[in-house]
Amino acid sequence: MATLAFIVADGVIYASWLLIVAVGMTLVYGVMRILNVAHGSLYALGAYTAATMVGAWFQRGYAPLGSFALLLVAALVVGLVMGLILELGLLRFLHGRDEVVVVLATYATFLILEDVIQLIWGVEARPAPQPYSLLGTTTVGPLLLNNYDLALIALALLVGGVGWWALTRTIAGKLLLAVIFDREMAEACGINVRRVFLVTFLIGSVLGALGGASTAPMISVSRGLGVDVIVLAFAVVVIGGLGSIPGALLGAAVIGLSRAAAVHLLPQAEVFAIYLIMTLVLIVRPYGLLGHERLRKV
Amino acid sequence: MTGSPVLKVRRLTKLFDQVVAARDIDVTIATEEVVSIIGANGAGKTTFVNLVTGYAHPSGGSIRFRGQELVGLPPREITRLGVCRSFQVPQVFSTMSVLENLMIAHGLSDRGRGAGLSALASRDRVEACAELLSVYRIEAYRDRPAALVPQGVRKLLDIAMATAREATLLFLDEPTSGIATEEKFAVMDIVMAALAERKATVVFIEHDIDIVERYGRRVLAFHEGGILADGPAADVLGDARVREHVTGRRRA
Amino acid sequence: MPARDRTGAALAGAFVVFVAAGFFLPSWAVSLVILSLARGIVALGLVVQFRSGLVSFGQALFFAIGGYAVGLAGLKLRLTDMIVLTVIGVAAATLLGAGLGFLMRRYREIFFAMLSLGFSMLFYGLLVKTETLGSTDGFNVPAPTIFGARLSALATRTLLYDLTVAAAAGAALAVHWYLGTILGRLDTALRDNEVRVEYLGYAPGRVIHVQYVLGAALAGGAGALTAMAVGHIDPSMAYWTTSGELVFVTILSGTGSVLAPFLGSLVFGLLQTYALQYAPSVWQMILGVALLAIILHLPGGLWSALERNRARA
Repeated sequence: MATLAFIVADGVIYASWLLIVAVGMTLVYGVMRILNVAHGSLYALGAYTAATMVGAWFQRGYAPLGSFALLLVAALVVGLVMGLILELGLLRFLHGRDEVVVVLATYATFLILEDVIQLIWGVEARPAPQPYSLLGTTTVGPLLLNNYDLALIALALLVGGVGWWALTRTIAGKLLLAVIFDREMAEACGINVRRVFLVTFLIGSVLGALGGASTAPMISVSRGLGVDVIVLAFAVVVIGGLGSIPGALLGAAVIGLSRAAAVHLLPQAEVFAIYLIMTLVLIVRPYGLLGHERLRKV
Repeated sequence: MTGSPVLKVRRLTKLFDQVVAARDIDVTIATEEVVSIIGANGAGKTTFVNLVTGYAHPSGGSIRFRGQELVGLPPREITRLGVCRSFQVPQVFSTMSVLENLMIAHGLSDRGRGAGLSALASRDRVEACAELLSVYRIEAYRDRPAALVPQGVRKLLDIAMATAREATLLFLDEPTSGIATEEKFAVMDIVMAALAERKATVVFIEHDIDIVERYGRRVLAFHEGGILADGPAADVLGDARVREHVTGRRRA
Repeated sequence: MPARDRTGAALAGAFVVFVAAGFFLPSWAVSLVILSLARGIVALGLVVQFRSGLVSFGQALFFAIGGYAVGLAGLKLRLTDMIVLTVIGVAAATLLGAGLGFLMRRYREIFFAMLSLGFSMLFYGLLVKTETLGSTDGFNVPAPTIFGARLSALATRTLLYDLTVAAAAGAALAVHWYLGTILGRLDTALRDNEVRVEYLGYAPGRVIHVQYVLGAALAGGAGALTAMAVGHIDPSMAYWTTSGELVFVTILSGTGSVLAPFLGSLVFGLLQTYALQYAPSVWQMILGVALLAIILHLPGGLWSALERNRARA
């Protein structure tokens, strides 16, 4: 049963960073009806930027614990800058176009950014493992857990919790919910939908970048990172239901655990298992586990 | 004018959670009748049409068309049986030309499954549809995309499409709404003449009482989901309750 | 309608030109044309779906089915006749498409796209973990024969080229005819107003099902031809990036004519060849920029630009 413990532990860790990434993606879809394929690039940019900054930080010999703040800074900078560029430079020109066409536009952006990342950072991996070992470890039964992983889980819960609280308990959050439910009505009530869009997209981008920055110390920051992540994040938000934050949590848990199980038990079946689950969910519940049908006006 | 019954509705009920959209409706309509449905907004007129044509599922009751139970059938099967409808907001194919719209309707009215693979713009079909366009007096717009024609033309197109099939029972939802007052009679004249020739049974929803008086021989007055009055036009329109709840008219 | 005659004539002309050119073009160009025309055949199916407002992000599934059917038929059944193999590819894909179609016909817009992606990635995952099929490496396809005869490499290549040109022309003609039928015109009607189609007595789902099977058949045939041309199949035929390329070609081409996807695919093929040779590190960027340019400035694709020029002339 030690294997089971490993699977659960790994699964929860995967689920944590998947949650951070997925919340951003599903939020953007819920408010703006945009399925942003370039979200994967935001993750990658966050990871690469964080890795570079952390690398330089440790080279200069600054205080090690400061590197954590650096991760957050990297996420913020990448998220805000890229978010502004994408929303103001592209997405606002696609307002009103068919949803699928917008997805294709974000896919095009993803392709461009993949090469941009390679041009800037090249093909070799950018390891930044230092922050990972700073916090020590904890032993729980047969598990030797790295405290960084635990911190990551805490971060994910924080993101999920704060996000949930902000959406349902604050006025700004309720404005967002209003736009999610009925954009035209919200506009008619005087809500500045354009500004809501911009803010939402910035938050989503920061979260995507945060996913990358926070996991940079644990993974191999190298070519193809964006692709790997978007394949997973996509399955997570679809399973959970597009536009649903609790759904993102559920989806992240499902995918995180499946991936952990596959990695431990049947390594080559990873992609198969994930997409089998996604396909089955779509067949049984076309809008995802917690998503809902948008009422058509006839 | 009483022929064999074409539509028999018994105890038709529809509940949307707490809202009673249709309340125990009993109605029989005979062949070649021309029935007008009146009622205030929200009285259940369009709900009734939606229930009969399969757009909504009743909570209870039965709808028999020439003896066949309609409840549970999808709209396309109900259409194929011969019950057609036009819509309050014209439902047309906006990017296709007026003629093409009608040709699609005509093409789909061919009985038999293989009809799907015959050419759309065959000479016969183009002729038949051009003919139909001129019956409805909209042939001038035949090549214009449906989205770019005047509202009244679109309305007539919608009705023409509903009649492309040899319909036995036709429901017209507010056929003159959106049409300028001066043109309303002209439009209804055209539609009713075309339908009389077909020997179809027509049920139309109308808000304009002048139209109702002129074309509806029998009137069904709806109120709060149920039928308030049912009978010859003069009787129903003169009924005190109908005047109070529906027409709001005082006759001198 | 005069337009129909022009398409038929254009196809006949193109067929003659391409077959003749096959004897003069250098080897790399022959390969390029085979692969581009095959890709164009898949895109043809996507064009039909796109007219209904549907985009399949998983057409690679049927493309790969066609390819693997060829590979397996060659390996297990020792079948190598190029015509037979193409038919097998089409048949296998059509069967799967007909089955999956019952499910797919209930979905629209982005959910249709996602479910189609799901199935193709599922197949990819299946292929990757199947050792007997070579896992990620795939396996080689035996050289094709024609009517039992194994000819020289050059002759085989030329015949495969001719077969592909014929298949492309045939597919284009068939789709062109289809689009003139009631069922074919229903695709635009469906996109415009699904409710109306239902109320005229036809099941909207059936239109989608038919289109889906059509797309599957075309992709299967193209996959078979590609497998024979390349001589090798691997799971990447089912990967989402393959579907992405196919969708890109569809958008690039526009939906204005059955000739459009072949034009778009040839342009794509040329672009890809030169980019990979001279600027491989920015190939994805070029693709992305081109896609954005089309979406933002030329939504009707290359074909609409051609029509505009012809109108002005």
